[in-house]
Amino acid sequence: MPQERIGVYVCHCGSNIAGTVDVEELTAWAGEALRHRGVVVARDYKFMCSSLGQDLIAKDIKEDALTRVVVAACSPHLHEATFRKACADAGMNPYLCELVSIREQVSWVHTDKAAATAKAKAVISGGVERVIHHAPLEPMSVPINPATLVVGGGIAGIQAAMEIADSGFHVYLVEREPSIGGHMAQFDKTFPTLDCAACILTPKMVSIGSHPHITLLTYSEVEQVDGYVGNFNVTVRKKASYVNSDLCTGCSVCEEKCPKSVIDPVFEAGLGYRKAIYRSFPQAVPKFPVIDADNCIYFDTGKCKACEIHCEAGAIDFEQEDQILELNVGNIILATGYDLFDARRETQYGYGRLANVFTSLEFERLTNAAGPTNGNIVLRDGETTPKSVGIIHCVGSRDRKFNNYCSVICCMQSLKFAHLVKERTGAEVFNFYIDMRTAYKEYDEFYQRVLSEGVHFIRGRVAEVTDVSNTPEEEDKLVIQIEDTRIGRQRRIPVDMVILSAALEPRHDSDEVAHQFGISCSVNGWFIEKHPKLDPVATMTEGIYIAGCAQGPKDIPSTVTQGAAAAARVLGRIQQKEMALEPIRAEVTEALCSGCRICNNLCPYTAIVFDEAKEVSVINAALCQGCGTCVAACPSNAISGTQFSNEQVMAQLHGLLMLNIMEPVVS
Amino acid sequence: MQTYSYYPGCALERNAAVYHDSLMAVAESLDLTFTEVADWNCCGATEYITIDLIPAYALVGRNLALAAEQNCNGRSLVAPCSACFLNLKKADHYLAQSPELNRKVNQALAAGGLHYEPGSVHVKHLLEIITEDVGFEKVARAVKRPLFGLKIAPYYGCLIVRPVFDGTFDDAEQPTSMDTLMRTIGAEVVDFPAKAQCCGGHMTQISEAVALHLIHQLLKNAVDHGADVIAAICPMCQLNLDAYQDAVNKHYGTNFHIPILYFTQLLGLAFGFGEATMGIGQELVDARPALANIQVKPLKPVKRKRPSKTELPMPPKLQEVRSCLKNE
Ligand SMILES: Cc1cc2nc3c(=O)[nH]c(=O)nc-3n(C[C@H](O)[C@H](O)[C@H](O)COP(=O)(O)OP(=O)(O)OC[C@H]3O[C@@H](n4cnc5c(N)ncnc54)[C@H](O)[C@@H]3O)c2cc1C
Ligand code: SF4
Ligand code: SF4
Repeated sequence: MPQERIGVYVCHCGSNIAGTVDVEELTAWAGEALRHRGVVVARDYKFMCSSLGQDLIAKDIKEDALTRVVVAACSPHLHEATFRKACADAGMNPYLCELVSIREQVSWVHTDKAAATAKAKAVISGGVERVIHHAPLEPMSVPINPATLVVGGGIAGIQAAMEIADSGFHVYLVEREPSIGGHMAQFDKTFPTLDCAACILTPKMVSIGSHPHITLLTYSEVEQVDGYVGNFNVTVRKKASYVNSDLCTGCSVCEEKCPKSVIDPVFEAGLGYRKAIYRSFPQAVPKFPVIDADNCIYFDTGKCKACEIHCEAGAIDFEQEDQILELNVGNIILATGYDLFDARRETQYGYGRLANVFTSLEFERLTNAAGPTNGNIVLRDGETTPKSVGIIHCVGSRDRKFNNYCSVICCMQSLKFAHLVKERTGAEVFNFYIDMRTAYKEYDEFYQRVLSEGVHFIRGRVAEVTDVSNTPEEEDKLVIQIEDTRIGRQRRIPVDMVILSAALEPRHDSDEVAHQFGISCSVNGWFIEKHPKLDPVATMTEGIYIAGCAQGPKDIPSTVTQGAAAAARVLGRIQQKEMALEPIRAEVTEALCSGCRICNNLCPYTAIVFDEAKEVSVINAALCQGCGTCVAACPSNAISGTQFSNEQVMAQLHGLLMLNIMEPVVS
Repeated sequence: MQTYSYYPGCALERNAAVYHDSLMAVAESLDLTFTEVADWNCCGATEYITIDLIPAYALVGRNLALAAEQNCNGRSLVAPCSACFLNLKKADHYLAQSPELNRKVNQALAAGGLHYEPGSVHVKHLLEIITEDVGFEKVARAVKRPLFGLKIAPYYGCLIVRPVFDGTFDDAEQPTSMDTLMRTIGAEVVDFPAKAQCCGGHMTQISEAVALHLIHQLLKNAVDHGADVIAAICPMCQLNLDAYQDAVNKHYGTNFHIPILYFTQLLGLAFGFGEATMGIGQELVDARPALANIQVKPLKPVKRKRPSKTELPMPPKLQEVRSCLKNE
């Protein structure tokens, strides 16, 4: 192998690296000790990523005819792109530049300067050995299909779809339920301004339904996703609704006439009923009802058809079947939202056993003018107005038994409830909280307002809600047992009604959905963003974006912001018309592949398919993200990763162990 | 035939002898064999642990060590008393967690030529083995004289469900295993929200007012919900609720006379044993009048009132609480 001409650049990162690593010594050492490996220049600089730092590299490439560059600085996650671009601008193939981390992996994790400097030497030595084996690579270019798929028609999906469609590009909006709207459609008022949820949401829903650039696919689910950024093929199952939407006028006579009433566990949160043929709510978009075949008398017994008889438009079609649609899109936004924590699991709070314990979503339906009680706040008997109400925060949140995280919205939502109860019933209201979390604009002001309305705030974690009474005052009441940590005493507070502010949890099927789209979930089950601070709506999979509560608990303003942000990212991609893909890929050497198929299901990006004719596995270069899973898994050593070849990795290890210095390397 | 090591505990030799006797009878019907741990000692009940930790754990550790030594093929150790059960379970758990405690306790055990390796004995409560190991189906098959019409409040007490150590078998707040067991033998189970509250334990000796308050709560709750009998699974609970009913009545001006029977006595009756064999009549509040409620045929289920038009639906009951908790 002809000797390469290598430049080594050591960054101080202000004092981030220089504080713990002796950068001058390190640089001098690299120039000396690695000279026999081809290092012709070694420099250090305060901030290598600054334009002056980059110029240093460019100048050397040109003047010293460098063929390889090693930058010892921060993590490749941060600045690999920066230094590659600097090299490319100076006329070098960018993949001949290697960034090794002496910040995250050295200075930030050690305190002993001498030891840290020694480790940094090993890291640089490894980088130098590795870069020798780099090969020039050319990025692949793929065209971007301008259509976009948005999954989930809550407020996040609605916002994202709207922004993209308004820019003139086509959107397919896939929603599982018969109507879009998501959780927001269930609410009456929204904090902190208390504007009516329907008033701000339904106009948006209507625009979605009538938008020329939006294909709305409700009562539908994604079955399969193939392809890659710019060119996804998506299979969608549109469930049979047994109502012909070309004929249906949305008059809702069928709903009136249907004799079968069932509890609605979704939109009414179990607190109200719907018919077997139903729309989630009167302002549903689209306006067409669906027949829930599991509960329909006709599907059960073959008799009834009341809906068909009364439908003047003749829209009922019992023969309808599921439809399978194939969509081609360039980008995908996942906005699947959250599930409410099942409060029955906190057995000490008695939900499901004690009639007058309600969940937050049940209460939203209770206060909603269009809800089962027309907005009257009453007990489970449907008649009695409570004289005292306890609202328990953090049910299922910040609790090691269930979810460690804070659900973000429940403090504000509990304050909203306290206000509504006070306003509409004049009842005594007690909020039981661990601590109040009212960050963000105008939220603490709302807390102050509710405080001034005379709501009681008791700090502590409620031990129990019980109907076991101790005193005559407690008879026929729900007693809330709590240690009031502000006065350091146990208290028992009898109330008529208890509301559990339950946690927001990842959708029950979030794991499967993540897998389907080739992204990952955090330990808690939320979809993982590419970077928690700097790239919150992208994912590690190119072309897949996330928005709203699917990414983590959040309020409506943040949800809308993310929906818009994801749309902006997609629009940016669409405008590019085509995009360059990282050429860092795995490749199967056909001659070595035994056809065992071990790798096929391991690929987190489903990039590997099996060629039945040749009996070998084939990697789709555009889908492969170069993670290396299959490379490690292949028992026949048939897969190698460009930029991650065995040679490269072994050479780097060799360098890390300083074998290149102790003994001459044979290459 | 399932075989267990058996740790009876002091109470089952004296005041709770009927618990032991009824258990032995029932065990035969359920194909269970118990091999008593030879030379066992008192578990220290609830007090010792608060006085001096090392001897307290050494006391329990000795029983665990004996059980481990005499237990040739990894049988579970079963304790019918909830206090004994918790002490055994707790000691095993903390010995495993704290090397320091383990070292000291084993130092003490060494004086008697014993050694205990934490985790080597699996401790179970009697209720756990009957509901889980034997199972409801097998219990149902043993029933000869179902307790139709008898209204039972199943009382679990606080010691077997809390704290939640590894492998705790029922819900920590609202357990249901005994409810199902009592239904399996034909009885009617009343709603008993206080089912996992404390009976006061030895508070009767330390602060009677506190104990009476707790006992009163339990009796009242069971009676308010229409129970004929309270089923107990612990000698301490049985004693407190039975022996202190008079004191409660005096203190609170009430008139409770609800019998407290061991769940094994009720199982025995359903399995066809006579009242005398089951030790019925030895309790202080005579159970015989209540047992006279037992019917030959099941009562007609009371028709649930049609819910009023306005009534809002209740959420469905979570049947799977226990399996959910296990998945954590
Ligand atoms: C009781 C309560 C009160 C609240 N009150 C307020 C308030 O006053 N103000 C405020 O700012 N925030 C409030 N919030 C928070 C608010 O609900 C959320 O911020 C917001 O609804 C999140 O919207 P989303 O679109 O991300 O998710 P969602 O509203 O959950 O919408 C997700 C949508 O995706 C669909 N979906 C899910 N999975 C799939 C799939 N696989 N395929 C197709 N479709 C799918 C669902 O059917 C749903 O329509 C409250 C939350 C609760 C629990
Ligand atoms: S056929 Fe089914 S959906 Fe139509 S009215 Fe009868 S029960 Fe309702
Ligand atoms: S694991 Fe290797 S040998 Fe097996 S199919 Fe995949 S590439 Fe071929």
